[in-house]
Amino acid sequence: MSGKFRNYEHVLRMAGLFGAGIAIFLVVRWIMVPADFGLYGFYRAGALKEIAAQPITYAGRDACAECHTDVIEVRKGTRHEKVNCESCHGPLATHASGDVANPGKPDPKTVCAPCHAKMTGRPKTQPQLDFKDHAGDAPCIDCHKPHSPKVK
Amino acid sequence: MSADASPDRREFLKDSGRWILLTGAATLAWDFVVQGAPEQAPNYNATDHWWGMIIDIEKCIGCGNCVRACKAENGVPMTDESFRTWVERYTILPDAPEHPIVESPNGGYDGFLDLKQHGDGAKVFFVPKICNHCAHSPCVQVCPVGATFESPDGVVLVDKERCLGCRYCVQACPYGCRYIDPRTETVDKCTLCYHRITKGLTTACCETCPTGARQLVDLKDPKDPVHEFMRTHMINVLKPQMATGSKVYYNALDGAVR
Repeated sequence: MSGKFRNYEHVLRMAGLFGAGIAIFLVVRWIMVPADFGLYGFYRAGALKEIAAQPITYAGRDACAECHTDVIEVRKGTRHEKVNCESCHGPLATHASGDVANPGKPDPKTVCAPCHAKMTGRPKTQPQLDFKDHAGDAPCIDCHKPHSPKVK
Repeated sequence: MSADASPDRREFLKDSGRWILLTGAATLAWDFVVQGAPEQAPNYNATDHWWGMIIDIEKCIGCGNCVRACKAENGVPMTDESFRTWVERYTILPDAPEHPIVESPNGGYDGFLDLKQHGDGAKVFFVPKICNHCAHSPCVQVCPVGATFESPDGVVLVDKERCLGCRYCVQACPYGCRYIDPRTETVDKCTLCYHRITKGLTTACCETCPTGARQLVDLKDPKDPVHEFMRTHMINVLKPQMATGSKVYYNALDGAVR
């Protein structure tokens, strides 16, 4: 062997090293990158399903209306008609699914305050008052009906 | 495969017959249709939707229902640094319109029950904030490992399995909508209740908003009332100069809000 290809072993060694490097890269990549990565974009496609599988805590108004038609009826035409049930009653998916039979009622002393206590910045159209001045410590439901907010 | 898991011939023929006769989606839905509950079939098609939200500042009463509902629905830590949605109270005094006073005690979780006397001329209002689910989101662009991404239906999500906790996205978000979950040391943020909207429910914050100030909208649905609302109201997004393609549209947004 002479001329250009005199020291071809060096080139072979380099090529071998290069090939080994690529092979190691491919193996590491195969181990590190999830199979569904890049299916829809630069992310793991399976993450969409995992995030969507999170359990629900708020059942939604439609679930309440399936059984509690009487309450829906009472609220018709009142100012609370469009307020969703779980705004005041809290998260009740466990009740809607049948796991909790009687979830109890909201505390009549505190349930109205978040929306109807006097607050700086609240729009003027929102009915609001100083609870202490208005009725002392008496719970609101002594006089008001929560589902159709009129005086009893 | 164990012996009891192998399908018998009848099952195999039935299943393959279905796959040949029906389209893919119909095959997946078949069992539910036979049970008489076709609405429960997994027929959610992400490319049919483009989710966003409209927030009407004139309707927000600062009750904090959305903040409480979000924490309950998504198990957000009860620290005063972790919020997927929060409410701010802006006070604009007449002598300093460029420098509003912004307060958000515990993100508005307990409401804003302290009464403040600002005198005449002060403009006070509430601004609910949430991830803007930008169409060109800065946070997605900086993630080095593809842990945060825009889903095909326009929701910016975080893959907690891939997140390194490097905090690039926390710095990149111009709206401050991301936080580090202290339990996992990974990034967390609003998912627009992805587990709810893919099942036909609205988000927890919209579900519990008593005045309808927040509304989940599907911008790809031609029947969604959002299109009428956007035509007939003064709509703006937060920080439009950042060109993030925000999909949370505010009605009656004051120029001082940032």
